[in-house]
Amino acid sequence: MQDIIDVQTDDFDQNALYNALRQDSASQGAIVTFSGLVRDFNQGHAIGGLFLEHYPAMTMHSLTNIVGQARQRWTLGKIIVIHRVGHLAQGDQIVFVGVTSAHRKDAFDGAQFIMDHLKTEAPFWKKETTECGPRWVEANPNDEKARAKWGNDD
Amino acid sequence: MINVLFFGQLKEQLQTGQLSIELPVNDVKALKTALGQRGVLWQECLSGASTLVAINQTIGSDKSTINDGDEVAFFPPVTGG
Repeated sequence: MQDIIDVQTDDFDQNALYNALRQDSASQGAIVTFSGLVRDFNQGHAIGGLFLEHYPAMTMHSLTNIVGQARQRWTLGKIIVIHRVGHLAQGDQIVFVGVTSAHRKDAFDGAQFIMDHLKTEAPFWKKETTECGPRWVEANPNDEKARAKWGNDD
Repeated sequence: MINVLFFGQLKEQLQTGQLSIELPVNDVKALKTALGQRGVLWQECLSGASTLVAINQTIGSDKSTINDGDEVAFFPPVTGG
C-alpha cells in the first residue's frame, strides 16, 4: 500500500485527500481523518499567525518512521500525512492525517498514534505572531504524556 | 569534517544555522565542549536540559558517537502539528 507523506508550503484540499483515501478501498470500512488548524489564542496570547520551520533532511525520515510504526501495530489500509511549513494565518490548515482500515478502532487508534508521535518527534517548530511580537511556541507537556500512553514498544 | 546544524530558537539565539567543525570529536558531549569554546551563550544553549540532538537525522544523546562526515543537529523540543 502506497502511503502519501508530504511536507509543503501550499494549502491542502481535505475533500481531495478524503477521496484519495476512499478510492479503490472496497475492503476498508472505516476512514478517520484529523486536521490541525492555526488557533486564535495560545498560551495566553492572541495569535495573528505563525511561521513553521522544519529540518528538511529529517522531517520525511521522521514521518515515514512514525507511519511505519503505526502499520506494525494495526492493520491499516491507506495512510496520508500532510504537514505545511512557512507562513500560516489564523484559521489556516497546518496538518492532515488520514487513515483507512477494515474497522473503526484500528483507524481511530492509527490516526491518533500518528498525531501523538508527530507532535513530539517530527522536527517542526512554530513561531507565533502575537500582540507582543513574535515568539517561539513552547512544547506542551501534555503532548509528551499523550505519546507516552502508547508505550515504548514502538 | 562534521556538519553542525541549529534550528528554531537555538538558531536565533546563536545567530547560526550551520557551521563546519574540523576538530576530532568522538561523541556529542565532546562536540558540545568544542562548541562551548565560542562563549557562555553557546555553553548555555547547548547544555540546556531540553536541547535535543540528532545525528544523521536520528535522535541521539550526549553519548552518541560522531564520525567524520556526520551531520549533527541541535534543536529545542518540537512543536509541530
